[in-house]
Amino acid sequence: MRTRTFAAITFAIAIAVMAASRWVANDYFLSAAYTVLQFIVLATAWNLLGGYTGYVNFGSAAFFAAGAYTTVFLHKALQLPLPVMIVAGTLVAGLLGLAVGYLTLRMRGVFFAIATLALSVVLYTFVVNWNYVGGARGAYIILPREVPFGLPRYIHLLYFAMVLMTAVALIVARAIERSFFGRGLAAIRDDEIAAECAGVPTLRLKLLAATISGALMGMAGTTLPYYLSYVEPSAAFNLSYAVNSIAMPLIGGMTSWLGPLIGAVLLGTVQQVVQVTVSSAWNLLIVGVLLVVFVTLAPNGIMGWVEAWRRRKS
Amino acid sequence: MEFPTALVLNAIVAGILLGGFYAAVSVGISISFGMLDVVNIAHPAFIIVGSYIAYIVNDRLGFDPILVSIALSPAFFALGMLIYRVYYLCFERRGQESLRGLAFFFGILFITEVALVLIFGVDYRLVETPYSSVTLRLGAIDFPLRLVVPFVVSIVMVAGLQLFLSRSFFGRAVLAVAQDQLALRLMAIDPVRVKEFAFALSIVTAGVAGAFLIVIQPVQPAVGREYIGLVFAVCVLGGMGSLWGTLLGAFILGLAESFTSTFFGPSWAPAVSFGTLLAALAFRPTGLLGR
Repeated sequence: MRTRTFAAITFAIAIAVMAASRWVANDYFLSAAYTVLQFIVLATAWNLLGGYTGYVNFGSAAFFAAGAYTTVFLHKALQLPLPVMIVAGTLVAGLLGLAVGYLTLRMRGVFFAIATLALSVVLYTFVVNWNYVGGARGAYIILPREVPFGLPRYIHLLYFAMVLMTAVALIVARAIERSFFGRGLAAIRDDEIAAECAGVPTLRLKLLAATISGALMGMAGTTLPYYLSYVEPSAAFNLSYAVNSIAMPLIGGMTSWLGPLIGAVLLGTVQQVVQVTVSSAWNLLIVGVLLVVFVTLAPNGIMGWVEAWRRRKS
Repeated sequence: MEFPTALVLNAIVAGILLGGFYAAVSVGISISFGMLDVVNIAHPAFIIVGSYIAYIVNDRLGFDPILVSIALSPAFFALGMLIYRVYYLCFERRGQESLRGLAFFFGILFITEVALVLIFGVDYRLVETPYSSVTLRLGAIDFPLRLVVPFVVSIVMVAGLQLFLSRSFFGRAVLAVAQDQLALRLMAIDPVRVKEFAFALSIVTAGVAGAFLIVIQPVQPAVGREYIGLVFAVCVLGGMGSLWGTLLGAFILGLAESFTSTFFGPSWAPAVSFGTLLAALAFRPTGLLGR
């Protein structure tokens, strides 16, 4: 399937999913769907660098929060419309990804992983001490009185935005996977020195992947302040974003765009159910345990099982 | 900004005492990451586990937390052996340690934190010892025993480990693993067993450092995260696989943090270690005393 066809189909599905929300009377389902979609974007973004290239990013929460706090800042300073803020947050997080990549991607992958871990704490400390965006107290975001497009409530608009962002993330991931760029990344993952020798511009590709991955994570965060209507640093930088965006691709499978999607839908739905029926602490424990179990016992995830089953059949 | 002499002297002393504690916290990472190439990002989680064990024993039986952690080192040793076994069988032997091994340790870090929250809640816990509130004064300079006792024990521990590694046969085998595993195998030494032993040793230091931590400051499950950057910053700054380097890196970071909290406020302190780490990674990844 050509990328253009895939994009058309994805957008068609996105519009159908958006239209379906007209018949959903319950706001809870919309907000649950919003959370699951947000995890699809995060997991897909993480997989660009983690799955395709083999560089582990522990700082998803930092990029996510960079997007969220760009929105908070612009909301306070200029009261811009939502689409502008989404673009701005995406750009800021992308630049952040480029900067971190530039500093650490020339070294062994381990150092990139540790640096991203450090990045979350540095940014967190910075935001806690930055009074303009609320500091440690957090910031309230007052939702606009009237909702555009004649939608019933603001959560509908956020849900629409998240559906579109999910579509964009999936299309970008799939397009990368099938291009020269994606094959270069796969070569880096398998053997970086061999790739370099074969003429793959490894550093440039890695930087590009880090930038796009960071940008998509930031994009997912831009609507968070409106969704929560109150952001504090520990909510935006929550470690659970980092854990989830690693666990979901690992559970789904890391070599194609389908893996993070499957992992995010499964794990995201399970978490929504557990959060309502048990408690949010248990739900985090389940994510952690699933991550460890999958990584030790099923290193190729669910897509790995599917492939093994297909191979046995043929 | 003014720099009164007494304040500066106190910041220096506090920084050095803090550095001693940081050495205990990061010496385990210097062994596991610097020498064995096992990127144990869950190390701080084991430190917090050590803190809570010291807390429970102290709370029930009233023993000194640091003595408890030393007495319990065989248990930590066994835990370390178990974790390395799993790591070796599932990742290292299959050559998947770089990506999945990291995710494995990240998962362990996360599970430990959430499990501690579920058992103990998010309240801060503190251990009171006879020396907790005693402060020695030398002129204008304070020596709080709460920091001095961990400092002394920590220096003894790091120096002891360095002597063990450079003088004993087994210690030299550990250093050899860091350099050339194949050569070790040719000399009929099993590198896996050497690594297992050394990794277990690194977990023992985590347990002891945990006891120090709860003597120095109140502990809650999420505190461990702040030490992830610190341990790697110390390890990278000092130079991979050199315990003297670890000590030096720990002192530098201790001083940097103590000065930041004295002159800019404690809320900026966490950024120091991580900032140092980012700078060290970007400009001198081989470290100060690196080979």
